Amino acid sequence: MTHQSATIVEEDLHAYVDGLLPETRRAEVESFLAANPKETERVRAYQKQKEALRALFDPILDEPIPPELLHPQRRWSWPVLRYAAIVAWITLGGTLGWLLRGADSRKPDEPNGFARQAAIAHAVYSPEVRHPVEVGRDQEDHLVAWLSKRVGAPLKPPHLSQLGFELVGGRLLPGNRGPVAQFMYQDEKGQRLTLYVRMDPGTKGETAFRYTHEGNVGVFYWLDGPFGYALSGEMKKEELLRVANAIYHQLNP
Amino acid sequence: MSAAEEITALIPRLRRYARALTGDRSFADDLVQDTLERAWGRIYLWRPGSDLRAWLFTIMHNLHVNQARTRRSEDSIDLRNEPMEFAARPSQEERLEIRDLTMALRRLPDEQREVLLLVGLEEMSYQEAAKVLAVPLGTVMSRLSRGRERLRALMSEGGNAPQLRVVK
Repeated sequence: MTHQSATIVEEDLHAYVDGLLPETRRAEVESFLAANPKETERVRAYQKQKEALRALFDPILDEPIPPELLHPQRRWSWPVLRYAAIVAWITLGGTLGWLLRGADSRKPDEPNGFARQAAIAHAVYSPEVRHPVEVGRDQEDHLVAWLSKRVGAPLKPPHLSQLGFELVGGRLLPGNRGPVAQFMYQDEKGQRLTLYVRMDPGTKGETAFRYTHEGNVGVFYWLDGPFGYALSGEMKKEELLRVANAIYHQLNP
Repeated sequence: MSAAEEITALIPRLRRYARALTGDRSFADDLVQDTLERAWGRIYLWRPGSDLRAWLFTIMHNLHVNQARTRRSEDSIDLRNEPMEFAARPSQEERLEIRDLTMALRRLPDEQREVLLLVGLEEMSYQEAAKVLAVPLGTVMSRLSRGRERLRALMSEGGNAPQLRVVK
């Protein structure tokens, strides 16, 4: 070897394979390889791996794009349930139950415990991409009938379109005083709100709006006759209040 | 180009990466779809002018990690029993090699496969891959090194030919 041998490290060999070396360094690696047949063999194998990967997967680039990928925002209707999804639900339900038990043991019956449960339910379900709700708004009549029956009083999701939020759907959740309904809304930016509604014949009267937050999730909650409401969202307090006001006025025309 | 057009233009690359990562066409397209939905839902978080490709691949990486975790906890059903699908239409002889490569790829740990694919298919720099995967540069280098060596060992143990031939 007439070359002064430069120190070549593992990283250099990979950068050589990936064509990421500057000219001078590349020349140094080449002279190193010329003197090290075993390393040359290894580098060649890596280069062939790369070529083989490209040969195997590049044809995907030319496949037509499935139409559902081109219109991702349309997929809000209730999707086909697959077995795996059901199992995922059970896992999620378990997680939620566990979280709620934690909430219950901390603050058993205070209204604040209610707000906390609402915030947890919001945090659990609002990031859900595929199954944010159990029943979607395309079946709103069914949703209303079902949740009203289970919660034990006529419920109706408020309409918030004039504030830019569309109903996504709803679900039923366990609360510490019986079933609770959760309605989910979304605006065009994908920002989500949930309205958590419980029914408790034992409570009467009204309260003013109260505000609390759990992490990033802000919650306005209030009692209105036998109903307890909690509106949760990751947004500014004033914006959330605006929505809470609209809901209150719709429910008390 | 608007963000929407840019995202659409990147879909084929997301699909290529997802297919190589999951080894399954329908899993891959579900992953792409989830990635796109999340991207659309959070497009307001994306700063115009910043690297949209890195952002999308970061979202996909996070979703994949979460889904892989869920799948591990559901070991009673294995949805991944089907053989890896490949996109190329190989000849008889090449088919063996492709099968070797796809099988070997599946036997790599996810974290090594990810680095190999981001660098090998997407031609990301090591810094870009580190950013997408949210790991230090040194971690990317060691995963790349171990992944390539493991793949080489798996390939040479798989067939008679010690070296992988280039598949055209």
